Amino acid sequence: MQRIGVFVCHCGTNIAATVDVSKVAEAAKHEPGVVYAVDYTYMCSENGQNLIAQAIKDYGLTAIVVCSCSPRMHEATFRAVAEKAGINPFMVEIANIREQCSWVHKDMEEGTPKAITLMKTAVAKVNLDSPLQEGESTVTKRALVIGGGIAGIQTALDIADAGYKVDIVEKLPSIGGRMSQLDKTFPTLDCSSCILTPRMTEVNQNPNIRIFTYSEVTDVSGFVGNFTVQITKHSRSVRAEDCTGCGICTSKCPSRKTPNEFNRGLDTRPAIYIPFAQAIPNVPVIDKEHCIHFKTGKCGICSKVCPSHAVDYELKDEIIEEKYGAIVVATGFDMIDLHKFGELGYGVSKDVVSSIELERLMNAAGPTSGHLERMSDHKQPKEMVFIQCVGSRCAPDDRRGKTYCSKICCMYTAKQAILIKDHYPDTNIHVFYIDVRTPGKNFDEFYRRAVEQYGVDYIKGNVGKVTPLPNGKLHVHGVDLLDQKDVEIDADMVVLAGAIEPNPDIRKLATMLTLSIDNNNFLNEAHAKLRPVEAATAGVFMSGVVQGPKDIPETVAQAGAAAIKVVGLLAKDKLKTNPCIAEPDELYCNGCSVCANVCPYGAITYVDKEIRDHGLRETRRIASVNSALCKGCGACSVACPSGAMNLKGFTNRQIMAEVDTVCQ
Amino acid sequence: MQELINRAKELLADGTVVRVLGWKKGDLPYNPEPHIFTSAQELEKDFIYNGFCGANLSKYMIAATKLEGKTLVFLKPCDTFSFNQLIKEHQVNRDNAYIIGVGCKGKLDHRKFAAMGLGDIAEISGIELSDACDRIHVKTIYGEEKDIDYRDVMLERCFFCKTKEHQIFDEKLLDSKDTVAEGADRFEEVRKIEAMTPAERYAFFRSELSKCIRCNACRNVCPACNCRHCVFDNTKYDTAQKANADTFEENMFHIIRAFHVAGRCTDCGECSRVCPQNIPLHLFNRKFILDADDLYGEFQAGSDTTTPGPLTAYTLHDVEPAAGLERSRG
Repeated sequence: MQRIGVFVCHCGTNIAATVDVSKVAEAAKHEPGVVYAVDYTYMCSENGQNLIAQAIKDYGLTAIVVCSCSPRMHEATFRAVAEKAGINPFMVEIANIREQCSWVHKDMEEGTPKAITLMKTAVAKVNLDSPLQEGESTVTKRALVIGGGIAGIQTALDIADAGYKVDIVEKLPSIGGRMSQLDKTFPTLDCSSCILTPRMTEVNQNPNIRIFTYSEVTDVSGFVGNFTVQITKHSRSVRAEDCTGCGICTSKCPSRKTPNEFNRGLDTRPAIYIPFAQAIPNVPVIDKEHCIHFKTGKCGICSKVCPSHAVDYELKDEIIEEKYGAIVVATGFDMIDLHKFGELGYGVSKDVVSSIELERLMNAAGPTSGHLERMSDHKQPKEMVFIQCVGSRCAPDDRRGKTYCSKICCMYTAKQAILIKDHYPDTNIHVFYIDVRTPGKNFDEFYRRAVEQYGVDYIKGNVGKVTPLPNGKLHVHGVDLLDQKDVEIDADMVVLAGAIEPNPDIRKLATMLTLSIDNNNFLNEAHAKLRPVEAATAGVFMSGVVQGPKDIPETVAQAGAAAIKVVGLLAKDKLKTNPCIAEPDELYCNGCSVCANVCPYGAITYVDKEIRDHGLRETRRIASVNSALCKGCGACSVACPSGAMNLKGFTNRQIMAEVDTVCQ
Repeated sequence: MQELINRAKELLADGTVVRVLGWKKGDLPYNPEPHIFTSAQELEKDFIYNGFCGANLSKYMIAATKLEGKTLVFLKPCDTFSFNQLIKEHQVNRDNAYIIGVGCKGKLDHRKFAAMGLGDIAEISGIELSDACDRIHVKTIYGEEKDIDYRDVMLERCFFCKTKEHQIFDEKLLDSKDTVAEGADRFEEVRKIEAMTPAERYAFFRSELSKCIRCNACRNVCPACNCRHCVFDNTKYDTAQKANADTFEENMFHIIRAFHVAGRCTDCGECSRVCPQNIPLHLFNRKFILDADDLYGEFQAGSDTTTPGPLTAYTLHDVEPAAGLERSRG
């Protein structure tokens, strides 16, 4: 029989205001195994901790229950207290009477009985606890960064600077990401490429960093400190080691009608191409879907003109496997598909463009060499309308858009308006907005410059319809909510500030890495406030828009935060492993494999083992759990029809004891 | 039937198999029982295969294939689903099995004879596979004689026969005859129950399950109930006494059992056939099959030996938990 101590915390008035804590302590004294129970203002304070330690010594306690806040807060604190006082740290149970009780109830009539039930439940569980020992595992001193945009680049640089090896895996032929497509950046108006490309070069030259472009992560196994990752390097059909990047192949390629992804489809590119001038690596790639040679077996011009014979149509995808201690997910974002917004003319008129298309139209390396012009007749627009929040801040039942604010659109629209007014002062610019959101250093000043200095016409209201007119104009029908009147503008060009969304590849990746994602495909943090760059899966971190909408400086700051977390992990030689892992009861296991099928970590294998069962001696096929791989999720113990699989610290008997207590 | 005996004798004689799992004549004309035969004499004397041989022999192969040497087993088409499922769950050793797929023309339900007042059968003809399928001649111990339609006394499950094709076999003997009723929908009963209000549904199952005497026949016969120790007998799990807490907990046995076999049940219908209290236990299983089909795509347990069941495999296209909730709200 255990000798149990129950410690009820007031948490100031957090708990004590809605739970009669002395009653909880009094009730605890009548529970089986409880030899001591007490309440105290702050159990987590040094005095509170000393009180527990002293009670363990004075009453010879073998297990304790602390009725306090969520175990996510102070379980570690109380386990450490127990260990110091000489009992196994896993002989500690927390009854969460704050988040799950006092905070959700209004008065003591409800709060106190529930707190007593929660206390009894924890006592029932701790009665069946047994001491557990933590194990140890090693750490592979190399990190993987998935995504080669500014988030991934900065994370990799910071990790490499600390002296650790980093690999970047980028799906596209070049690193650079979304930032490489932008013209200028707000609110300083420095040229995006000019500040990004030095970072790209740094990554390329850093001896600690390897870059796998045109590559994808195709499998992940293992656990914190010991991930094994399969990377598929798609074949470029060009041998990088021989290619000099002269570009002759791209200029001679006869297939030139493929929409140019880098310029958002506003112009075309050859089938063999380098996405943009500062691409890293500066090695072309053959788009096999559009290459005449791959389609028909003929052509082969690029191979013939290549002075260094680097083009090789026979090159195959290469699969490599590498071990990593930590993984950073930085897969970024794209704008949502605006074709769903037909009423705003997108896809109907060439002169209705997305704001990221406008970036390309304003960029010197873009399809118009930086001259702002309409795609229909190449005339410079005089009357422009910007529509904000296209697909952002939508109602929850609006299937076309997102409920969240994309955060960056207000600022880049002000930036685009200022730039256009700067280059073409005779342009009239109208911006339809819901709110203008400018929290950030020098942000509001920047927006006010657009309004006050440049005379951009901001109209609070929505646009209902954009209709292309026979004269080539776009009839914009909106509403001005401040003046309570309809607004009709015949515009030359309409720009839609579309919502941004995480790269859809994240779903596949999240499954491989067992990450949790929200309804909008953004990654969930281990704790939204206190662990904002850590995923719930140990050893996996996040950086950039994959976690939530953010601008460049925020992304860079988060990249640094992710990097320091990675460095903190890689700096350790050994990691403590969770002892609360699955354990099969060999006498009950019938070898059906259900547990192995549901295990998300591949931790369960089957072995033929000689079993002695009540005088019977036979070789049986039974489950075996790899303690290094098991994360203690408990999926196996739920799936096992025989109840043969138990999670240590959360055994079936313990769960049933808790349920029984609740149902009493 | 003699073909089966002859072939079994041959396989015993040439050493292909060392024992034969089949059906043995019962003490009454309508209760043959599963039996392991080890000699030609025994086969000639006691082996039987007729309309009353509804028993699915697959489960007996768990023990039989652990023995030294091969076991010959006779499996009806529906039984082969169970055998495949047992291979998938590593319960039978395929190498130690020699499977003869036997034909089937639908199996008989003694309860239906009883309902007609013909339960106490003294003599019966027309129930062998070779017989022209339509008419049965019965003579009772009271001397009453009657000609009845085969289909009037056929097991309910045979009207919804999945297939007359064997899913796994080493050889096949005797041809099957189609038994499926025109426009048969095996989920019709389930849909009726789904259409009930929660209160009606609760009352329906409480009423049915209150008949249960916990004889465990359903559990013992079910090929999916192949745990070494059932959780209900597992003292380490603390479910045993839980199930005895009150009469409703007792009834929970069937609901938990249905959960445990969900995604693994081949819908062989043995649970309902053997229930001495006539509880339509197969309805639970069919409800789960229908739900799983709807949520995860159509799946027939035991149609092969490798495809993971819908509840023990994770795919990217799996439904979100909310889908189940929406569904239960109708």
